[in-house]
Amino acid sequence: MRKLKEFIIEKLILICGLASIFFVVLIFLFLLKEGLAVFKTVSPFKFLFSRSWYPISEPPQLGILPLILGSLLITAGAAIISIPIGIGCAIYIAEIAPLKVKEVLKAGIELLAAIPSVVLGFIGMVTLVPLVRTMFHLPTGLTALSGSIMLAFMAMPTIVSIAEDALYSVPKTYKEGAFALGATHWQMIWRVMLPAASGGMLAAIMLGIGRVIGETMAVMMITGNAAVIPNSILIPVRTLTATIAAEMGEAVTGSEHYFALFAIGIVLFIISFAINVTADILLHKRQ
Amino acid sequence: MTQIKFNIKGLNIWFGSIYALRQISMDILANEILSVIGPSNSGKTTFLRMLNRLNDLSQNFRMNGTVMLMGRDIRGIDAELLRKRVGMVFALPLVLPLSIFDNTAYGLRMHGIKNMKILKNKIEESLREAHLWEEVKDRLDEEAFKLSGGQQQRLCIARTLAVEPEVILFDEPCSGLDPISTAKVEDTMVKLKQKYTVVLVTNNVKQAARVGDRTAFFLNGELIELDTTDKIFTVPKDKRTDDYIRGKFG
Amino acid sequence: MIKNPYRTQNIAFFFLFLATLLIVIPVGLIVVLIIQKGLPAINWQFLFSLPRQGMRAGGIFPAIIGTIYLVAGAIIFALPIGLLAAVYLSEYAKDNLLTRIIKLAIVNLSGVPSVVYGLFGLVLFVVFFKFGASIISGSLTLGIMILPVIITTSREALESVPYSFREVSLSLGASKWQTIRHIVLPNAIPGILTGTILGLGRVAGETAPILFTVAAFYLPQLPKSIFDQVMALPYHLYVISTQVPNVDEKMRYGTALVLLALVLFMNLVTVIIRYKFRKKKKW
Repeated sequence: MRKLKEFIIEKLILICGLASIFFVVLIFLFLLKEGLAVFKTVSPFKFLFSRSWYPISEPPQLGILPLILGSLLITAGAAIISIPIGIGCAIYIAEIAPLKVKEVLKAGIELLAAIPSVVLGFIGMVTLVPLVRTMFHLPTGLTALSGSIMLAFMAMPTIVSIAEDALYSVPKTYKEGAFALGATHWQMIWRVMLPAASGGMLAAIMLGIGRVIGETMAVMMITGNAAVIPNSILIPVRTLTATIAAEMGEAVTGSEHYFALFAIGIVLFIISFAINVTADILLHKRQ
Repeated sequence: MTQIKFNIKGLNIWFGSIYALRQISMDILANEILSVIGPSNSGKTTFLRMLNRLNDLSQNFRMNGTVMLMGRDIRGIDAELLRKRVGMVFALPLVLPLSIFDNTAYGLRMHGIKNMKILKNKIEESLREAHLWEEVKDRLDEEAFKLSGGQQQRLCIARTLAVEPEVILFDEPCSGLDPISTAKVEDTMVKLKQKYTVVLVTNNVKQAARVGDRTAFFLNGELIELDTTDKIFTVPKDKRTDDYIRGKFG
Repeated sequence: MIKNPYRTQNIAFFFLFLATLLIVIPVGLIVVLIIQKGLPAINWQFLFSLPRQGMRAGGIFPAIIGTIYLVAGAIIFALPIGLLAAVYLSEYAKDNLLTRIIKLAIVNLSGVPSVVYGLFGLVLFVVFFKFGASIISGSLTLGIMILPVIITTSREALESVPYSFREVSLSLGASKWQTIRHIVLPNAIPGILTGTILGLGRVAGETAPILFTVAAFYLPQLPKSIFDQVMALPYHLYVISTQVPNVDEKMRYGTALVLLALVLFMNLVTVIIRYKFRKKKKW
């Protein structure tokens, strides 16, 4: 009797263990099921590379190039801002800050990670957007730049915490060896710690970027959502994620527009898959 | 004639590519204390953990040969039942994060005994056998972590006794204890052999000499010599045994 | 001229410190700003009455209730599955390809953009299972989204229970499941709790996954069953900040404050749990 009960429980545990695989596959299959339908009317090449996104004109024009470029522009901007600051902060926390300061800083970073993206979007709207507008004398502050700054900020917790972990896992003997040779603290960090932790650092950057590409609400609230090919960082742009969030509510189920939004979902899924697998490999190589 | 408890024939054990035990053949007699000595990495703990199949938990464990308990191959015995019959006391006093009472009752409860009266009797009996009862009888509900190291180790013995094993395996039970606690644990072991078979793995050659009826000397995974403790310590047949007990290596 | 290594060091450390300030100071400012501007909006009526005049007046009670329902629903779904998955990984999984794939799947699940979860919830729960836009669709979507958080933190908690406890339990003749049930799980509870509450905090703040699966734009009433739509705090904040003109700024800040307070409260609970149990830990 007890044996039977345990047999059932252990099978249940196995099933739950497999649940993650099941859900990943399920998500992908359902995205494919709905998204691939759009390619009956648009070729994949045209979908990815044609320059106009007018989903409700007749016939609809479904080219997501402006959206891809919008996402890329904002992501690149966010990366340029967040990588040096995030890595710098990680080094400061891991190596330099005294123990008590370290606790406070880590709590601050955790606090940032906990703030919902819609709240950050709202704060960006009321503070950052007017600031960008007056600073650059623009008709609107809802620009790619505002989005990049906000997203850089949102990527920080990911970058800082993973980079910090990478620094911690550098063997103590490396550090002691460098100090024994008379290196200053900074020389030790620059010549020993950073190279030794480079794999983890790279993973931190990639996962931070993954966070930026996937971010939806804040971006939708502060980038202005104009589906045009961006030629400057000071104009409104629209990202892949914001397009789905903004238009799915209005898209008629089963319409080309609806399918196209799912196809964007496939693109996002594949991007995040690639980023996460690569980062995971980087993190594993380290061990 | 003395009864044979364990009969071991041609036992080989590997962990991955490491050849841990080589061609071990020996008997363990009922109601004896068998001391197993040898330097570290000689395979003596692996040998001990074979007897209650704890090695099975290691992922890359492989073996061949046979180990019989009272004439039955232990691989044919349900592991849970085998471990009930062959109890084990570990190197460090590994009390569970439970009260003294619950620690002692743990094994019994896992075997389905829930009746408080039976549990209480059995626990008193086991704690008495482990010479701990007088020290803890008024504070059975306290966390076991609050006991001293020696008391904790005797609690571990009581916990093992409570499930009424036939054989008790001791894996360097005194390695973390001071001399007075060690003496108490040794005293307990000697008394236990009236009812149980005891296998004692120890790094302490003198301890083997003090409590063992017979002594087995392991080196690099091989059983070098097995004889009465007197003979091992006075007229060992193998030079390596002699060297080891004189402290020339290990 | 010979470069002075200590001067280089001072300059470098100054910039690192600056980078840190660039993150931490805005965080502080944001929190202060929300509290300062949101606090005047908070009163009994704001918290416990229905919205009126197209959300320009009244309270946010339905959104608070909606978020509580969603959080509860997500956790009822995700905790058992996540916990058992963690048990599988920590106690049963061997070091083989399958385990590797499971771990990769978890990493991926945690990386999928939240709006993609929204799409998935829409097709699977709203359309395929015909639940419609409802509490159950939203909860299940959010539940799948937080699975990785729960699995990862629970697994860490389970693995931090010393291996020797398991050996002792097994050596006394307990079965593997008995060992897990009586030794491993009880000692991992603080960590599991922490992970669960972190997951809850995340659920409470997410907007994109509930956009098409549950959230009602303006629904001044309370849900009657799990197949009803509800308002939710994060979506409500989005709506009154971007979709409805002429909403008093105080109401926006007030809503942001309530949401932030809810999320931070949960985080605070995890900190307290961690602190309390770290002190009690005996191994």
